[in-house]
Amino acid sequence: MKLSSEVLKKMVKSIAMTRPDEISCDECFEQLDQFTEQVLEGKPAAEAMPLVEDHLNRCIDCREEFEALLEAMKSLN
Amino acid sequence: MVKYADRRTNEEWLADLRGVDQESALTDLHDTLTRGLRYALVNRVPYNQLDELVEDSVQDALVKIMQNLDTFRGESRLTTWAQKIAVREALTELRRQRWKDIKLEDLMPEESSGDFTPGILTDPGASPETEALRNSMVEIIQRLIMEELTDRQREAMLAVMVGGMPLEEVARRMNTNRNALYKLMHDARQRLRRRLAEERLSPEEVLAVFD
Repeated sequence: MKLSSEVLKKMVKSIAMTRPDEISCDECFEQLDQFTEQVLEGKPAAEAMPLVEDHLNRCIDCREEFEALLEAMKSLN
Repeated sequence: MVKYADRRTNEEWLADLRGVDQESALTDLHDTLTRGLRYALVNRVPYNQLDELVEDSVQDALVKIMQNLDTFRGESRLTTWAQKIAVREALTELRRQRWKDIKLEDLMPEESSGDFTPGILTDPGASPETEALRNSMVEIIQRLIMEELTDRQREAMLAVMVGGMPLEEVARRMNTNRNALYKLMHDARQRLRRRLAEERLSPEEVLAVFD
């Protein structure tokens, strides 16, 4: 196995950021509509729902879904 | 501050979707989801594929929405909750299409036996001492990854971090689901963090060697 220094840094960063209370994708999805509305309303969503914010910073799939949902809802409001 | 354009309250949506006005409510919800999804996907999908992807995703989402209406807790507007389901349907399909020809093996780093030569040896800006330190760090991390993680954890972490494959697609190839895969990778990261501590290294120290 050969890892480039870039990949290694990425891995070590993700290890450094690891916390025991991370929520899973399902738990994030459960709260994503509420989180998105808070963002749309200019409320401090990251402070109110820190574990959702944390998950969105780690998980590329959930992040992509959040960004798409935000765009969709902007078009409707 | 946004202004919501819904013509119905959540209570009205629920009553209409469950009652005699179901057809009209479904038509309105279909139109709302279609408009939102088109806007969200227009820059992510080739234009000639947009309508089909949106329509299929909205149809699939409507089935799920009706099946799961009882689980809606009213913590957001019903349209936001429904749009969330439609977005996931669409992006799941989009990821499937984009990655359909890629196997997990294609994403794995090249195997090497005795002649291990990390890429950072070629960094022209680093002093010989820094290079030596970096190489020893690379060897430690690679050893920990090999010793500490299960085959599945290693495979998942490398596919996501090296190959950039979405979790959803890695999960599909590993016969699991995205939620379980996230938990598997979380456990892997926790194991590595513990092992680093046992080696008397903090992640911050390791990163500092590469800065």
